[in-house]
Amino acid sequence: MTSRHKAMVAASLLLALHLAILFAGFMAPSDPTSQNRDFPLVPPTSLHFVDGRGKFHIRPFVYETEPVPEGLHEYRENHAHEYPLHFFVSGFPYKVAGLITWHRHLFGVQAPAQIFLAGSDSYGRDQFSRILYGGQISLAAGMLAAGISLLLALLVGCASGFYAGWIDESAMRLAELFLVLPWLYLLLAIRAFLPLHLSPSGTFFLLVAVIGTIGWARPARLIRGVVLSAKSRKYVTASRCFGASDTYILRRHVLPHTYGILLTQAALLVPQYVIAEVTLSFLGLGLGEPMPSWGNLLANLQQYNVLVSYWWMFAPALALVLVSLGYLAVADAFHQQLQSGSM
Amino acid sequence: MRRLGCVFSLLLAGLSCFGSAAPQPPQKGEELQISDNAVGRYGGILVVAQRSEPKTLNPATAADAPSREVIGRLTADLIHINRQSQQTEPALARSWTVSKDGRVYTINLRRGLRFSDGQAFDADDVVFSFAVYLDEKVHSPQRDLLIVGGKPIEVRKVNQYCVRFTLSQPYAAAERIFDGLAIMPRHLLEKPYKEDRFAQLWTLNTPPAEIAGMGPFRLKEYVPGQKIVLERNPYFWKEDRSKNRLPYLDELVFLFVGNEDAQVIRFQAGDTDVISRLSAENYALLSKDASNQGIELSDLGPSLEYNFLVFNLNDLSAKHLDSIAAKQAWFGNLEFRRAVSSAIDREGIVKLVYAGRGTALWGNVSPSNKFWVDTALPHPARSVEHARELLQSGGFSWRGDGQLVDRQAQPVEFSIITSSSNAQRTKMATLIQDDLGKLGMNVHIVPLEFRALLDRVFQSYDYEASIMGLGGGDADPNAEMNVWLSSGGTHVWHLGETRPATDWEGQIDQLMQKQMVEIKYRERKRLFDRVQEIVATEAPFVFLATPNILVGAKKTLANFQPAILEPTTLWNVEQLYYSPPGAQH
Repeated sequence: MTSRHKAMVAASLLLALHLAILFAGFMAPSDPTSQNRDFPLVPPTSLHFVDGRGKFHIRPFVYETEPVPEGLHEYRENHAHEYPLHFFVSGFPYKVAGLITWHRHLFGVQAPAQIFLAGSDSYGRDQFSRILYGGQISLAAGMLAAGISLLLALLVGCASGFYAGWIDESAMRLAELFLVLPWLYLLLAIRAFLPLHLSPSGTFFLLVAVIGTIGWARPARLIRGVVLSAKSRKYVTASRCFGASDTYILRRHVLPHTYGILLTQAALLVPQYVIAEVTLSFLGLGLGEPMPSWGNLLANLQQYNVLVSYWWMFAPALALVLVSLGYLAVADAFHQQLQSGSM
Repeated sequence: MRRLGCVFSLLLAGLSCFGSAAPQPPQKGEELQISDNAVGRYGGILVVAQRSEPKTLNPATAADAPSREVIGRLTADLIHINRQSQQTEPALARSWTVSKDGRVYTINLRRGLRFSDGQAFDADDVVFSFAVYLDEKVHSPQRDLLIVGGKPIEVRKVNQYCVRFTLSQPYAAAERIFDGLAIMPRHLLEKPYKEDRFAQLWTLNTPPAEIAGMGPFRLKEYVPGQKIVLERNPYFWKEDRSKNRLPYLDELVFLFVGNEDAQVIRFQAGDTDVISRLSAENYALLSKDASNQGIELSDLGPSLEYNFLVFNLNDLSAKHLDSIAAKQAWFGNLEFRRAVSSAIDREGIVKLVYAGRGTALWGNVSPSNKFWVDTALPHPARSVEHARELLQSGGFSWRGDGQLVDRQAQPVEFSIITSSSNAQRTKMATLIQDDLGKLGMNVHIVPLEFRALLDRVFQSYDYEASIMGLGGGDADPNAEMNVWLSSGGTHVWHLGETRPATDWEGQIDQLMQKQMVEIKYRERKRLFDRVQEIVATEAPFVFLATPNILVGAKKTLANFQPAILEPTTLWNVEQLYYSPPGAQH
């Protein structure tokens, strides 16, 4: 497989994941916050094709899950009745892209059967739905924070590289300060000062703003380098001789050189910030219950008994790994393009 | 030279037999207590894991649980509460008498006993210890216990083996006060105490030779961050029926491991011999292969602890917390609190938080406290409809989107703070959030570091609601005085009341004061039942559930009799011994 193919595979995987997460409401069979207290820590529901009589079904089906009496989080399938998987079923209402309310879901089964594709958590909430909804938070945090970082980096990098002198000096010293900042402790300190009753969305935006603001230094230094080399090109000197203004030169001759770096950096920063959100939520500094995020979901694994007894609680890590690998492969492809000079 | 060699080999033999100091043969005139346990055999080291390091070994200043757990093994008290029977029994006291008016306790001490450094014990040590506990400059947490009717208990030496305690007024079950009040050695501590250096005494870095107590063990070694090693007190004052001086174990080691999960892992790996305060999930995890691992787990039933949801009803006029003060109109509304109580799924909490190994609560006394629980207290089933009716009659209504609003059309929204290190309480909060969501209340959960939580609840009052736990100490109602008296230091919902803020708090004050000086159990029970009824009706706390006490130990550990009172597993550590492999007990 050539590197181009690899990049294509990674990009399509990323696209698919992002679409699934964007349309989480449609993809998710259950409301991610609704508790099902009779079914905590149910293992993933198996999809069957062959029934007890050995008959093959084209449409996959599930059996009803029932708790084993006297067992702790032990379940068995009730083979009395098969419940085929239905598509485009009606279910809990949700908003498409935050605008239109809809209630159709990609798949579902008839009650009393339930479908937990990735098992259920300790409150009996469907983990598959939670991973999808959690992805919205985690990915949005990653993208927004990356956007903030790159915007800051672009401003500082351009100013610093283009105007040089004391602006450059002070900006770069500031960048160094940000690079050595122990950001985790900084965030812990910031969280301690926050008011108690911050709404979930308030916490979210604050989180994004903080992690985005901290990470501008590295891309700013890269952009400064590119700007420095671009502004010393002969055509820049020529256009300056023709009386071009700073803004014109920046816009026309310098900024286009930074696009490659920006794209590569974006592809690197998004997964980095997704992981930052996961770290913070894991430490209990992220979004509160009942909102899911990948970090919140993984925080369940802090408990030893969950870690060793309920393997499906690792499922959010799989989503995180896939997204990170996808982004890194795309970043790699951008980087190679940049090296070969075609960007 | 040969003789020296002889002595040396004898010494070696002694060492190989006991590892630590050998138990001293009984002395003439020594009044040992005969312990009624199965006769064991000497030897062995018992290892237990603590979540955190003790902060001090000073019995008069220790306030944290790990310190008290270690100190409890190093020291002894005059009268002791038997953890199994929950009744008092003589300890360093051989016997005691109470005057007719219930105010004067005359305690006769056992004669001929010695501290773990071999020095004699007598009434002077007792008088000295109580002087220290009562000294305001020492700031001993035990001091409050010794103030009865606003006056400190008077302690007077009658003779070398007799001490008289005089109370300013009769006090029910006063002998229970003596439990846990360690008798300290005057010969080691009096000089530094007189020089005002008491607070700096007996830290973890004090050389073992300078620490002595009357407990079954004495300090051998402390390794910072790792462990504390105790060795047998060769002069301990109990013996078994075959005249063997207790304890049987050579050493008792406390490892510091950090958290419950680490305790479980070390126990599972066989590094530790006993584990207590297990969560139900970890209990289930360990019981999966308990028989292969040679461990035995026991579920002792409901603990005495009660977990509850409390709303901030403190006087905030001097605190500049206007947004919280505004919400106190809801929290102070009885219908609101009862609606919350009615909407909470306690069975769900027992099921999901304690994996079924717990009991739902509607009052402050756990069903395992058989002497004091008011069994007539109603246990209303969860009812969201009833909760809605209550809210409606309390002046609340609902908006079109289902959000609950008050008379001023303000949406009902508040936060619950919990300790982030206590996963179980955070889980309760998540369930309650969902339950109250069904009433249209918008609840946020804020897990806070434990000290930050205590600071908000007890100092700054900067919180709206909190989930906490209390109890678990003694079964007697007097242990709860500071919670229910309106002036009490743990009167969590409204601290620092100079006089009762409500009529019912005034009633509770009277009832609690009355039961404290009442001697007859039946009358005390009647008074305390009334307190439980008022608390259940007025709902200053919304009681949730109590976990079962779950413990485990190696099968070879004999005489192991865990109890629901703290310390659940080590209360009879002097009786524990290892049975030989293959032996049945």
